[in-house]
Amino acid sequence: MKKTYKIEVDCANCALKMEEAAKKVEGVQEATVSFMTQKMKVEFADSADEKAVMQNVRKACKKVEDDCEIFLD
Amino acid sequence: MTKKQKKVLYRIIAAAVLMAALAFAPVEGYAKFVLYLIPYLIIGYDILRKAALGILHGEVFDENFLMAVATVGAMLLGVYNEANGMEGEFAEGVAVMLFYQIGELFQAVAVGKSRRNISALMDIRPDYANIEDADGNVEQVDPDDVEPGTVILVQPGEKIPIDGVVTEGNSTLNTSALTGESVPREVGVGEEVISGCVNISGLLRIRTTREFGESTVSKILDLVENSSMKKARTENFITRFARYYTPAVCYSALALAIIPSVVNLLTGSPAGWSTWVIRALTFLVISCPCALVISIPLSFFGGIGGASACGILVKGSNYLEALAQTKYVVFDKTGTLTKGVFQVTEVYASPEFAHTVQSICQQEGISSERLCNIEEKAGTRLDKATASDRSTEGKTGRGQREETDSREQTAREALLELAAYAESYSNHPISRSLKEAYGQEIDKAKVSGVEEIGGHGVTALVNQQHVAAGNFRLMDSLGIACEKNVGAGTVIHIAVDGNYAGYILISDVVKEQSAEAIAALKAAGVKKTVMLTGDSRKAAEHVAEQLHVDAFRSELLPVDKVNAVEELLAQKGSREKLAFVGDGINDAPVLSRADIGVAMGALGSDAAIEAADIVLMDDNPMKLALAMRISRKCLRIVYENIVFALTVKAICLVLGAFGIANMWIAIFADVGVMVLAVLNAVRCLKVRA
Repeated sequence: MKKTYKIEVDCANCALKMEEAAKKVEGVQEATVSFMTQKMKVEFADSADEKAVMQNVRKACKKVEDDCEIFLD
Repeated sequence: MTKKQKKVLYRIIAAAVLMAALAFAPVEGYAKFVLYLIPYLIIGYDILRKAALGILHGEVFDENFLMAVATVGAMLLGVYNEANGMEGEFAEGVAVMLFYQIGELFQAVAVGKSRRNISALMDIRPDYANIEDADGNVEQVDPDDVEPGTVILVQPGEKIPIDGVVTEGNSTLNTSALTGESVPREVGVGEEVISGCVNISGLLRIRTTREFGESTVSKILDLVENSSMKKARTENFITRFARYYTPAVCYSALALAIIPSVVNLLTGSPAGWSTWVIRALTFLVISCPCALVISIPLSFFGGIGGASACGILVKGSNYLEALAQTKYVVFDKTGTLTKGVFQVTEVYASPEFAHTVQSICQQEGISSERLCNIEEKAGTRLDKATASDRSTEGKTGRGQREETDSREQTAREALLELAAYAESYSNHPISRSLKEAYGQEIDKAKVSGVEEIGGHGVTALVNQQHVAAGNFRLMDSLGIACEKNVGAGTVIHIAVDGNYAGYILISDVVKEQSAEAIAALKAAGVKKTVMLTGDSRKAAEHVAEQLHVDAFRSELLPVDKVNAVEELLAQKGSREKLAFVGDGINDAPVLSRADIGVAMGALGSDAAIEAADIVLMDDNPMKLALAMRISRKCLRIVYENIVFALTVKAICLVLGAFGIANMWIAIFADVGVMVLAVLNAVRCLKVRA
């Protein structure tokens, strides 16, 4: 399962950090963050509950880059 | 500018004004420090906060950390100097933070702007669809809400929002948003139309065949937006580079601050702490890697955006990068270099037949009226045939060409007419192209006794004449002599009443731009061009010669094509890339096997968009050369930026370490280089078509 989320992040380096952080969250198989398009693409593990995982991803990203935002809808 | 950016701008202005005021303020000592602290905190509080949070979360050594350490260090040094009775300097710390923020703001604005530019180039997302209710009232709805099978209304000037089939109306479409070419396309009832095209002239009613999300326009937008997710090697290199670089410079700075002073102490000279700490801080400011981190993805993004404006969709920066290193280009023949349609390319009437036709005309025989009137029509209809005939005219004697020209044309037209009539009952592609070349209504009453002989051809009675049309085997079986080796393509020999009358050559037509495209690729540094085809050797040879490709392989099955590409892949050097160009039909395995799969003429073909790495929206092979030029330009800019940024930084680092470069030069080395690199990167967007 793949999903794309709109994000808001200010610098390219921060986007990289978000990507690294998101990849480490349980239930995330692969994550890519595009600073240019301000989008995050997440591929979930098969059994993962996507909503719960994304909450954790958001938390993890906030931790590494405090003024980033992921728009979950 | 976004709200966030505006806020930063106000902070920058406030801090700058305060600093200017402070420069003239008659304060000394610690009061000065406290006063300078105000602009410092206004401009830098978020950086300090981020740096602190970073340390708490174990994320040291990022840009914020560098800036925080450098500026806090500079401020503390001022306090230290004050404490030792010297005059403290606080302006530098504030200035570094101020310029860092200016740089960041500039970067954010530049990136935002180029992002908007690219979206404007790709401004093909339709905002609404018109639906007509039972009373004829037109309502605008979100295209997402339109179910497949709904009839939508597209007025002149509007974009077609969803793929569908025209149910009512005729119009001209502008496909330039998709293809980059403004060649209008005529559509009428029953024809498929693709979302993203602009309706130019007439009102169209379209029955949608897909959902909005599945429509061409959505797919293309998705593809372009996701393209920056696939990172190029250069981009990954910079990420890895930054990971080692930042800690390395931090430790070097630390060493620079401590070691010389300690050495001085040990050797008994004055330690000079403040000198070396300042140098270390300068060193830190210079070293910030943002010029690279920001400009490289921006260059690729700009390149991809510029390409998509020309109807070239690149699915990732890695492919854009690979394209610049492409040394081998393998083409599929049919549909890529040739049009993939069969057309009559040559009509040859034997002198005897030409003579007969003329005498019939003179005697005002059966169809003489038509045959004699043919001349003016022949000029337009047989343009192609006569053009290619010029080269073969030697057969009938070059000397009498002028006189015999009209007679021959008449004969050729008569021959084509006979062949079209004889084949009129068949639905074979060949007979279809014969009928198309003939271009007139066929009166089937004139044809009788049609007999199709499988693998040979057809015999029929046309206007009381026995006409046999087919390959040489048919002629052999009828005992009629014919020339077997006439040209590349499918040859149809025709005999009338047992006498050989001539032949018609039907072959695939080479695209006008193909030869130019091959030459352009060669000029762009491609070492070898190879053509693969399932067609006969003769046909392949003919096309290969015309286009000057370096090598060709013919009579290949789809599997053989994969093998042929594998062979070439094994031959090439490791840094050389191989691109395969196909029309996306039947060649998905090859497209995915090659380093770069390029699908051509993808307008409306999902399979091609899925399988390929680079998609050329229309079927002009010149676009490939253009794509290569774009990728080379983009890569050149990327390397320029890498070399420029690293060189300036290296020089400034050395100067900083020896105390020649002060904090102001350091600020230039950081912000200035970044601004220049971003400006250079934005050039990628501009494409000379």
